[in-house]
Amino acid sequence: MEVKINNIRKEFDRFAALNDVSLNIASGELIALLGPSGSGKTTLLRLIAGLDFPTAGQIFFGEEDASRHSVQERNVGFVFQHYALFRHMTVAQNIGFGLKVRPSASRPPKSEIKKRVSDLLDMVQLSGLENRYPNQLSGGQRQRVALARAMAIEPRILLLDEPFGALDAKVRKELRRWLREFHDRTGHTTVFVTHDQEEALELADRVVVMSQGKIEQVGSADDVYDRPQSPFVFSFIGESSHLPVEVKDGAVLFQGQPIGISEGADAAGDLFFRPEDVVLTDEKDALFGKVTACRRLAGTRIAEIDIANNGHDPFHVEVEVPLHAPVELGSEARFRPTRWKIFRK
Amino acid sequence: MSDNRRISFRNPADESFSTKLVLVALSLAFLAFFLFLPLVSVFVEAFREGWGTYEEALVEPDAWAAIQLTLTVAAIAVPLNLVFGLAASWAIAKFEFKGKAFLITLIDLPFSISPVISGLVYVLLFGSGSLLGPWLKSYGIEILFAVPGIVLATVFVTFPFVARELIPLMQDQGTGDEEAALSLGASGWQTFWYVTLPNIKWGLLYGVLLCNARAMGEFGAVSVVSGRIRGLTNTMPLHVEILYNEYNMVAAFAVASLLALLALVTLALKTFLELRFGAGAAGGRH
Ligand SMILES: Nc1ncnc2c1ncn2[C@@H]1O[C@H](COP(=O)(O)OP(=O)(O)O)[C@@H](O)[C@H]1O
Ligand SMILES: [Mg+2]
Repeated sequence: MEVKINNIRKEFDRFAALNDVSLNIASGELIALLGPSGSGKTTLLRLIAGLDFPTAGQIFFGEEDASRHSVQERNVGFVFQHYALFRHMTVAQNIGFGLKVRPSASRPPKSEIKKRVSDLLDMVQLSGLENRYPNQLSGGQRQRVALARAMAIEPRILLLDEPFGALDAKVRKELRRWLREFHDRTGHTTVFVTHDQEEALELADRVVVMSQGKIEQVGSADDVYDRPQSPFVFSFIGESSHLPVEVKDGAVLFQGQPIGISEGADAAGDLFFRPEDVVLTDEKDALFGKVTACRRLAGTRIAEIDIANNGHDPFHVEVEVPLHAPVELGSEARFRPTRWKIFRK
Repeated sequence: MSDNRRISFRNPADESFSTKLVLVALSLAFLAFFLFLPLVSVFVEAFREGWGTYEEALVEPDAWAAIQLTLTVAAIAVPLNLVFGLAASWAIAKFEFKGKAFLITLIDLPFSISPVISGLVYVLLFGSGSLLGPWLKSYGIEILFAVPGIVLATVFVTFPFVARELIPLMQDQGTGDEEAALSLGASGWQTFWYVTLPNIKWGLLYGVLLCNARAMGEFGAVSVVSGRIRGLTNTMPLHVEILYNEYNMVAAFAVASLLALLALVTLALKTFLELRFGAGAAGGRH
């Protein structure tokens, strides 16, 4: 099912949790909503599901205006952040719930429900646990029951709110891979929310980066990591440092000094670069400063450097240096970015 | 060099043995004096002249009428407050609206004002000097000094019980389960029946028990509106008082023993619920 989100705005007591958000989700796509806490991810997911209604804007499921439909009619599978399993029902009753409550005309017979539940249990690898209660399951098992329950109604789209948020690191990794396989097998259009960039980059076809109720960028993992389109995305995804710079006659100046890189039009802005995208240099035109900390990171080292020209306030940056480079605590390091982006003010 | 002193590890929350003993003895003595003794004396007094007299006192027409009236009033007031309590706590716990804090305060009102005042309010509303009273009377409807007035006063006095029990419980549970049910296609009614109700059933039952105990035992508010017409508008507590004032001790305590029995059954049921469904049952969780 294709989903189109057009200029959505959502206010809570005048506070805009979402502001002019538009997004097209292709059929069969696995998409991640990524952003810091409070950026509006859950709000967007709930609007798609019909658990909340937008203040302005529209949501289309295919050609059909979903805004006219209640949550029941939208037929979406929603997996809640804390699963919201029915604690007084067994695993099997939980999974069968969506079928049991159908109007009698479309409700499958009991035997059919039973079979569907057992198929779903197979699919989420929980066969044999049908008579357990939710409080007798581990976190990862609850997560999969919640998923099976959502899948039982044959949803047109699957929505997951921080599906792995409450699990420990190892289970997270396993379930992540499992969800990708599950998606590839079932081909559902899937939207999941996360604040963990590793999860989003590894799992999703496309990542939607959100901040303060707005979409900052939509793209593949490579797009958002290698070609960030806003200062927020550059600093939120991966490691980075930034410095205020000026561009004059094509040369980039930091605190009035050229730093050995060039750029097109003249302007003032912020220079962003990643720790791995620098080289050490002896040339005069470079960034330089005192090394304030140095730590080993796998095959390389990360040096923290306070860079400042005489009399100016220092700026703190982090760069990656080769293991045997003559960079140590207290020494002066000179370097130049090899890949960078300047966001104009 | 060895140190022979024994080091004893004590739970920091533990008190010494003598402190425990004193505390336990004090509470037991207190309970015995204020609860157990009066309860026993009610039954002792009731049965002083044997089972025959006891039975006679209960089937005596006025006493029997009082028992029937009390049961009738409870049978009306408790279901009404069950519905009201459910609706109010649902609204308060699951929705955001203006004036919510005020509504919660209102629900507590009967707890904080004297029952006699509650009764007087109805006298003001429906008495012969009021607007409503004479108007209703012209249609042949008696409120004051009749069963409807007793029911109204009882409903008023007992309406916090169910709501008070459910509001914290429902607030604690949030709306997650309900949203899950709705997203799975359940209607509002199915969601209530299959999801909300099972989540709150023990708390609800407990609230109903307390509500019922109070509805049957209410004295102050009812005594103001009832008019105490023997055999007609006397409830059990009122009847006990009348018998007592007539120095008919055995009959008074016979009827009183029924009320005491009600209290004991309520207590037993509550204990049973707690044992059967875990420590949180009275609070509704399991
Ligand atoms: N029901 C609500 N009432 C008021 N404010 C809300 C409500 N739901 C969310 N918000 C606010 O909207 C913003 C976005 O919230 P949310 O979508 O939950 O963020 P995220 O899921 O990205 O952490 C937050 O500032 C939050 O406080
Ligand atoms: Mg969230």
